[in-house]
Amino acid sequence: MKIHVDVVSAEGQIWTGSAATVYAPAQMGEIGILPRHAPLLTRLKPGNLRIETENGDQENVFVSGGLLEVQPHLVTIMADIAERADELDESEAQKAKERAEEAVSAAEDQIDLARAQAELAEAAARLDMLQKIRSRH
Amino acid sequence: MAGAKEVKGKIKSVQNTQKITKAMEMVAASKMRRAQERVDAARPYAQKIRRTIGHLANANLSYGHPFLEEREVKRVGLIVVSSDRGLCGGLNINLFRRVLTEMRAWKDKGVEVEITVVGRKGLSFFRRLIEIRAETVDLGDKPRLADLIGAAKVMMDDYRNGDIDRLFLMSNEFVNTMTQKPEMQQLLPVEQGPAEELPDYWDYIYEPEPEGLLDDILVRYVESQVYQGVVENVACEMAARMVAMKSASDNAGDIIDDLQLEYNKQRQAAITQELSEIVAGAAAVS
Repeated sequence: MKIHVDVVSAEGQIWTGSAATVYAPAQMGEIGILPRHAPLLTRLKPGNLRIETENGDQENVFVSGGLLEVQPHLVTIMADIAERADELDESEAQKAKERAEEAVSAAEDQIDLARAQAELAEAAARLDMLQKIRSRH
Repeated sequence: MAGAKEVKGKIKSVQNTQKITKAMEMVAASKMRRAQERVDAARPYAQKIRRTIGHLANANLSYGHPFLEEREVKRVGLIVVSSDRGLCGGLNINLFRRVLTEMRAWKDKGVEVEITVVGRKGLSFFRRLIEIRAETVDLGDKPRLADLIGAAKVMMDDYRNGDIDRLFLMSNEFVNTMTQKPEMQQLLPVEQGPAEELPDYWDYIYEPEPEGLLDDILVRYVESQVYQGVVENVACEMAARMVAMKSASDNAGDIIDDLQLEYNKQRQAAITQELSEIVAGAAAVS
């Protein structure tokens, strides 16, 4: 049993292939999708998308939000921005987080605050994912 | 030799121009290839979103969404995609002419038009004719979706508020290197393709609530269509520039040939005159 997985962003295709299990950071909490899952439509929050292929390999893709559609044999991830996990630069993430944190403390109006909080959540998720990947090696 | 010297100077200046047009031609050729790759890269996303919308339409859609409903047309919105820079032949002007034709057609039907412009050329052209609702310029050769979201949102909000009843995207379609065609594409309401045949009654599990999700999907779909139009327009711009610069280089070559002929004539005339003066001088002495 396998599911076909498409990970796409507006600027390009990120990953496509068949998988045994997909773990995605859904808005209501992380979900794992096995073949023959019921049709599901949900929003994603920033985090790590993990794809386990049939021979046990793992693919990690960072998504900073987007949509997830599940059909019994089909998973489509429409990511807002998706990059390959290996390409993620930890220091960049750290910097972005610092910038976001500064912005939170300096934020004045509601819009800036909301934007800063979103950036902070994203940066934190990036860091978290990198640390997880690192500890696995 | 005064005439000959002048001609020589002219040849030099045309040669310099030719060097520039040749360089621009080659740069445009390589940028065109990369732009085409980006067009191809953007395609899967639009396809996948379209598929999801198709699924949604098939599912038990008990709630409507303004983006899916046809309504009476009193005012339309246009998003016109143009290039930031010129020297690309008739690319922009052909598109603008098409836009003006459409605008006139709408006006004849008593429908108002509002317009959002992408690209500097479109901005300077339409600024004189009509009030521009929103603009985004300086996207460069690698447009980013983030730069387009604002302009697209203005139009989508207008649609939601009922200020416009239809939204179109006007951009160039890349047929091949020699041909680019102005195209009009309807963005809103979203045109639904033929429904897939799915056997049973079913619906999604929605997390959290369906209304917001459907909205998210449709907004992203419109944004991706705009993005695709802009990326394709960049490919068109590069192709048009390549062709324009190639013909400019060829023309410069022709001018150089003519000038060279002129230079040779002048030089020969000067030599003949000098010779005849010498001969005449020698004859006078002896």
